[in-house]
Amino acid sequence: MGTVRRSRVLPGFNLSLGYTLAYLSLIVLVPLSAVFLKTATMTFDQFWEVVTAERVVATYKLSFGASLLAASINAVFGLMLAWALVRYHFPGKKIVDALIDLPFALPTAVAGISLTALYAPNGWLGQYLEPLGIKVAFGPLGILVALIFIGLPFVVRTVQPILEDMEAELEEAATSLGARRWQTFRYVIFPILLPALLTGFALAFARAVGEYGSVIFIAGNIPMVSEITPLMIITKLEQYDYTGATAIATVMLIFSFALLLIINGLQAWASKRTGREY
Amino acid sequence: MSGAVSTLHWSGDRANRFETNPSTREPAWVRRTILGLSLTFFAIFLLLPLITVFAEALRKGLETYWTALIEPDALSAIKLTLIAAIIAVPLNLVFGVMAAWAIAKFDFRGKYLLITLIDLPFSISPVVAGLIYVLVFGAQGWLGPWLFEHDIKIIFAIPGIVLATMFITVPFIARELIPLMQAQGREEEEAAVVLGANGWQTVWHVTLPNIKWGLLYGVILCNARAMGEFGAVSVVSGHIRGETNTLPLHVEILYNEYQFAAAFAVASLLALLALVTLVIKNWIEFQANRTSKETQ
Repeated sequence: MGTVRRSRVLPGFNLSLGYTLAYLSLIVLVPLSAVFLKTATMTFDQFWEVVTAERVVATYKLSFGASLLAASINAVFGLMLAWALVRYHFPGKKIVDALIDLPFALPTAVAGISLTALYAPNGWLGQYLEPLGIKVAFGPLGILVALIFIGLPFVVRTVQPILEDMEAELEEAATSLGARRWQTFRYVIFPILLPALLTGFALAFARAVGEYGSVIFIAGNIPMVSEITPLMIITKLEQYDYTGATAIATVMLIFSFALLLIINGLQAWASKRTGREY
Repeated sequence: MSGAVSTLHWSGDRANRFETNPSTREPAWVRRTILGLSLTFFAIFLLLPLITVFAEALRKGLETYWTALIEPDALSAIKLTLIAAIIAVPLNLVFGVMAAWAIAKFDFRGKYLLITLIDLPFSISPVVAGLIYVLVFGAQGWLGPWLFEHDIKIIFAIPGIVLATMFITVPFIARELIPLMQAQGREEEEAAVVLGANGWQTVWHVTLPNIKWGLLYGVILCNARAMGEFGAVSVVSGHIRGETNTLPLHVEILYNEYQFAAAFAVASLLALLALVTLVIKNWIEFQANRTSKETQ
């Protein structure tokens, strides 16, 4: 209370904040509240019955499992790609760097049909995998491939700037103190990268759980085998079961909010550790 | 959750300083392994899908390709996609500038909550985004009966598609501008105001030149998403051919009808859009980099 309130020199505070809040409420918050209000019209038992139905639970397991696995794979290869882009010279580097963002720019439906064509039994990659007994398209593996595609840039683009900002002095100090290259990486570089890497992982995971467009083409959408949770919402909507769809949406929303909080926490940790704003 | 869009970062290629420094250099075999693994991964998961789109599109020859693009349903899908983007992008641009101005130039309670709320559409499944508009405007929704009485169609019509597109792309420009304007501080604008500029002059002559590259960057990414959105739009569209189909939905319909060459032809248009987006994005990065070097 003892602080002096800084007077506002700049104009437009009320206008800009008012406009921001009004627009956000109108487009995002009020429509979003419809989900919770609609869910509130169900009894808890009805709600529970919908969201724990066997077929729905199978989709949670698949959505979360495949998303976790995809984000993990992206964390490993995304880190390697970011490392290669920052630290090595190689031909075509500019093009590789630019194309990393392709999943952000390419519509998901296009990615979906393209991956399906690639991994179908007669596709460029599918024809070699099929004889080995590896069925990618129209099954859970296909979902994994699609989720890897859409998640990759999240890891690369969160790790890359941290690597770029890293000064050589730290590693020089480690070397002069007798650390081997692996030890330097393990005890000096990796701890600095870790918050960013986890942030990238969480972002890729969050995106993967909600992803729809790229997955439905390649998944095959077999009940109990390769249905993802967002597809369950669509299925319920097509049966005009709005309450059922909303109940599942509520579960997804609660999960998204939790993940959003975790990601914000991770980013706060990352900027504290590296002094870099996100 | 700003990582959800790649933010404009200015970095030149400085791999030299690592490759020539003995204490930041890996043994050749480690280097080769990392390069080999990461580039193979890149080729399989990013490059091949991109090439596949064009290869499949041209498989049945140029004539089939062209026919798929100029048939009336495709043209009306192109038109609707453009309409959605032309409405959604400018509205989100104004929102982005307003939100960034409020957040970066003033202190107020609940600022971080507001930033988190702006991020919400990034973390919500597109399907849920579509669903919420069905719950508000659909036949069984809050406003459904009223809209029916007044003969206004929003769901399964163009307004629903525009709204869903707007929802999905709300954070893109705001999230680009907020950190940029926060980093630039308030001194320049304050000086302008003290020297007698009014609010509009300050924004136009001081703020906008400072944020133009970030702004353009946000617009480009916002536009790519607006034109490519599938899940949210698919829920509210109703898939009426020639009426409520955007390009990505048209791709789906053709694909589900086993018209693969046509589906990929339309998809290749969207892939071209993605490539153009990436080229412009890189050009902006180059320009921003040059500008920041000049001012240093």
